Amino acid sequence: MQIAAAIKSLFLKEFFGAFFLTFRYLLKPKPTINYPHEKNPQSVRYRGEHALRRYPNGEERCIACKLCEAICPAQAITIEAEPRGNDGTRRTTRYDIDMTKCIYCGYCQEACPVDAIVEGPNAEFATETREELFYDKQRLLANGDTWEREIARNLAADAPYR
Amino acid sequence: MAKIIVDGIEVDVPAEYTLLQAAETAGKEIPRFCFHERLSVAGNCRMCLVEVKGGPPKPTASCAMSVRDLRPGPNGEPPEMFTNSPMVKKAREGVMEFLLINHPLDCPICDQGGECDLQDQALAFGRDRSRYSENKNAIENKYIGPLVKTEMTRCIQCTRCVRFTAEICGTSDMGNIGRGEDSEITTYLQSAMRSELQGNVTDLCPVGALLPRPQNFRARPWEYTKTPGVDVSDALGANIRIDTRGREVIRILPRLNDAVNEEWISDKARQSVDGLKLQRLDRPYLRENGRLRPASWTEAFNAIAAKVKAVSPEKIGFIGGDLSSVEDLFAAKALADKLGVNNVDCRQDGAKIHPKNGRATYLFNATVEGIDAADALLIVGSNPRWESPVLNARIRRRWRAGDFQIAVVGEKHDLTYPYEHLGAGPDTLAKVARGEGFGAVLAKAERPLILVGAGALAREDGEAIAALAAKLAVKGDWNGYSVLHAAASRVGALDIGFVPGEGGLSAAAMAKAGALDLLFLVGADEINVEPGAFVVYVGTHGDRGAHRADVILPGAAYTEKSGLYVNTEGRVQLTDRAGFPPGDAREDWAIFRALSAVLGKTLPFDSLAQLRALLNKAVPHMARIDQIETADAGALAKLPAGALTGAAFVSPITDFYLTNPISRASKVMAECSALAKGALKQAAE
Repeated sequence: MQIAAAIKSLFLKEFFGAFFLTFRYLLKPKPTINYPHEKNPQSVRYRGEHALRRYPNGEERCIACKLCEAICPAQAITIEAEPRGNDGTRRTTRYDIDMTKCIYCGYCQEACPVDAIVEGPNAEFATETREELFYDKQRLLANGDTWEREIARNLAADAPYR
Repeated sequence: MAKIIVDGIEVDVPAEYTLLQAAETAGKEIPRFCFHERLSVAGNCRMCLVEVKGGPPKPTASCAMSVRDLRPGPNGEPPEMFTNSPMVKKAREGVMEFLLINHPLDCPICDQGGECDLQDQALAFGRDRSRYSENKNAIENKYIGPLVKTEMTRCIQCTRCVRFTAEICGTSDMGNIGRGEDSEITTYLQSAMRSELQGNVTDLCPVGALLPRPQNFRARPWEYTKTPGVDVSDALGANIRIDTRGREVIRILPRLNDAVNEEWISDKARQSVDGLKLQRLDRPYLRENGRLRPASWTEAFNAIAAKVKAVSPEKIGFIGGDLSSVEDLFAAKALADKLGVNNVDCRQDGAKIHPKNGRATYLFNATVEGIDAADALLIVGSNPRWESPVLNARIRRRWRAGDFQIAVVGEKHDLTYPYEHLGAGPDTLAKVARGEGFGAVLAKAERPLILVGAGALAREDGEAIAALAAKLAVKGDWNGYSVLHAAASRVGALDIGFVPGEGGLSAAAMAKAGALDLLFLVGADEINVEPGAFVVYVGTHGDRGAHRADVILPGAAYTEKSGLYVNTEGRVQLTDRAGFPPGDAREDWAIFRALSAVLGKTLPFDSLAQLRALLNKAVPHMARIDQIETADAGALAKLPAGALTGAAFVSPITDFYLTNPISRASKVMAECSALAKGALKQAAE
């Protein structure tokens, strides 16, 4: 055994083995991507930035049931509700998500009975200040309007498995 | 007593118990919708089906079958019932499926969601899948008043509300029309309910069909912080639960207390919560050149101190308010004593009651529970339906139990039960006291209840009337002399002696022009202070007292402080703090403590605990929370008889919904009041 070990170290077997491993990757295709210009494929269940959706007729979906607020483990959601002035339906007057608290668990979209709050495909919402991450209802509805096509597509694609 | 075996547990229960009660005795809970302990049995929801051995061979509604209806076995074994057999499970699933056929399943937008019997029981006893794919029927919503919002599609026709209005309220406002699928709960031609207890139907409704309108969509049941409290809208001291969300009181619910309010509260207690936010005083004010301007506490205190220095103690007075807690008044009284002031009074209405006559002369001696034991009732100068609707419901319940004659001396009102109207004034009472007419009934009764209203005592001949009434009320151990006060703080204030000292002026005399130079109003809003005196108002709302004031010190409302209240029967009750007073406002006792330091007469307490220790030393029964300190009936016999005037009795309450600063600030109460006045006008036409 001592002789075998002596031969291994004399001929630098491990040294050359490591070299070989390194040079093998030199010839393989590169896994890194050129990020802002290239992107990885994304699951339809990807849980990114939140959005509040609307019905196709423009009516907001959220009915202020507060189930998302109740289930949120980080207590990131704050809702206040009131009958809406013009038709007396149950609506939120305030729907805030503190994105610095959010842990992106997706419980809010699971709890939502009307698919109003969803976590969209967007992950690129880094901000320069902390305050910009305190989303209000207006911001969330705007997110919904921006991402509605992708969100609807993802929900439809995932629907058979629910 | 009868034996019955519930799921293998043998229990011995009174034979008239229903199977549902027997099961509860054995610790088995049976789901129910239509059954309610305080209402008659309807047996129409069928949710309480159980299997019995020794009865019909089919599932049996346990709320409607009593233990004595079951046969014993062939060898004399006790009858058996099963609450968890396969038959029961199948029956419950079937019933639940039927109930849900036309239920909209809109729990996410239903305010009852989270505290809904149907939701809970569907989860516990229902099937996990719906087999019903047909259309559901929908029922139009009804208008039944400003306090109750309806969503009649959700109704499961349990008829609890119908039975409540018919049996407890005595107004029979609601009813069921149509049959089968078309049956609907409604009021007559969708008129508003007329009862002062109508808000309770929202608690009774096991689904989200009847909901409190003012709280519509405001909060979810799991968001509330729940604080036990005591209601101050009348002198009954109903036990309440104050539900707050954040800093805001959203709703008030009754708390179960069989000795006081059972599980009802009046609409004023329940729905004047919005008055806690409106018209509030949130900082001190100082009157300068005839106008009030915001000031700091120091400025306000200095202004008072300057005035106190310039004025002799004989020209200073304190008037206690109707909503003040015992601690507040005790602190005010302590300050008055330190200043050497004798002009101290809590009787804004001028009631002729005084603690020196003995505590029995101002208590509801028969106690609220005693109403159930009474066998005749004479109401003197009171309208209990307005002065304390929950107490009135208790009288009505006693009347429903039968063999209970009721007569009234005073104004004629619809009290929800029939009574003999004897007359309007004290002369009629004198006749009764001589044993004429209804006097004979009272003489025959073993436990006569003489309910004396605040209106009967707040008059010149108040003491003589009390003496007359007291003569009728005491029989052996039974003391039926019962004063129904109109103010929540009154008994507590009298207990601590918040009345004029040696040579002191009464509240009415203090309010006269030129009587005083400096007057402290401790939340006193029911008295008209004539011009002249420099008025310091310590209170919560921009009401009458604040308008008259020269210095306003903002205080805490009853939901914002921990305090003792003594109800009309002498029961000491503690209310907890549910929130903080708005802005710079402080608890009243703390204001007096701080003011005393500025005046150089520092009061000997720095905390509520120290204050309570002093209070308990001065008035020992204040330490016995939730107990009634019974009073010696002998004091009643010593009441001096006097001359009677001819004037008719008048109830102090002219508008049930607007009796205190909180309800006067409430928009909901204003709406109710307008509606009630309109209804009265209609009735007169």
